[in-house]
Amino acid sequence: MSTKVVGAVRKAFPDEVIGDHAERGDHTVIVKPGRLVEIVRFLHDDPETDMSHFCDLTVVDWPGRESRFEVVIHLHSLAAGHRIRVKTSVPAQSPVVPSITAVYRGADWFEREAFDLYGVRFEGHPDLRRILLWEGFEGHPLRKDYPKQQRQCPVPLLEDRPGQPPPFPERP
Amino acid sequence: MAVGKSPPAGGSLLVTKVEEAIAWARKFSLFQYPFVTACCAMEFMSAMGPMYDLARFGAEAPRWSPRQADLIWVVGTVTNRQAPILRRIYNQMTEPKWVIAFGTCASVGGFYDNYATLQGIDKIIPVDVYIPGCPPRPEQVLDGLMLLMDRIAREKSSRMRALKELA
Repeated sequence: MSTKVVGAVRKAFPDEVIGDHAERGDHTVIVKPGRLVEIVRFLHDDPETDMSHFCDLTVVDWPGRESRFEVVIHLHSLAAGHRIRVKTSVPAQSPVVPSITAVYRGADWFEREAFDLYGVRFEGHPDLRRILLWEGFEGHPLRKDYPKQQRQCPVPLLEDRPGQPPPFPERP
Repeated sequence: MAVGKSPPAGGSLLVTKVEEAIAWARKFSLFQYPFVTACCAMEFMSAMGPMYDLARFGAEAPRWSPRQADLIWVVGTVTNRQAPILRRIYNQMTEPKWVIAFGTCASVGGFYDNYATLQGIDKIIPVDVYIPGCPPRPEQVLDGLMLLMDRIAREKSSRMRALKELA
């Protein structure tokens, strides 16, 4: 059903599309990050694709890959009922992706979450701050190399303080 | 208070009885502040409801300001980001004050053994009674409350806990 969407993207951006695949009718198009905003704007504006609904934006960390962070965008057409998944990858050294908030205002908090948990920066985002964790959190916890047992707390813990008297007298 | 003779070492009979009376009164008039964050709230409501009736123990009226409460129920998962809020609310409560960690998450973090969750509220505030369970049955809640009442009854009212503002 979404084959025509993939075809439209391929036709409009022949140099940008790296590949596409489909699993049970879910079509994915893999593009280069450079002109991502233009591609997304095309998907939004073109009457044939008409992706009026922004569903989701997330990131996948592939530690082994050269382009380690894969940004995944899900779009949906409310009128036509078809969907498309747009993937683009950026290397770990410069994890910078153009922000699509200019096309979909709703992507704002999704991009902030992706930045918060993966450290992918979205260029052009109006207010790229942490959204779930607090300012001062070290690292990005959903990266595969974030230590699983590492704990951070914005207030000092009691066990780090000098000894406290027991709250109650001992049992008789 | 005591008339006439100065009390012997260890406290006079009168003082001891007054302390017992105060402890008795305290344990039956717990004003509670529910710090409710997650699904354990359902069991807390159940324990508060007519079937299990927490009010039988004098712990009836929930106060919606920590300044009017002397028992804080921390019900549910507390994230690291909520830790400053919980500590601030604890500091706002006036002495004497007690803390119940309701459910596994509040006690030890539960199965949320990850970067986001505080691994037990006793890492940031002192806890008096832990009620295990995911969620605990209302019977366990009543047992936990009775355990706290038991301890309050044995607490000397003259011996206030060290008033320490937690940073």
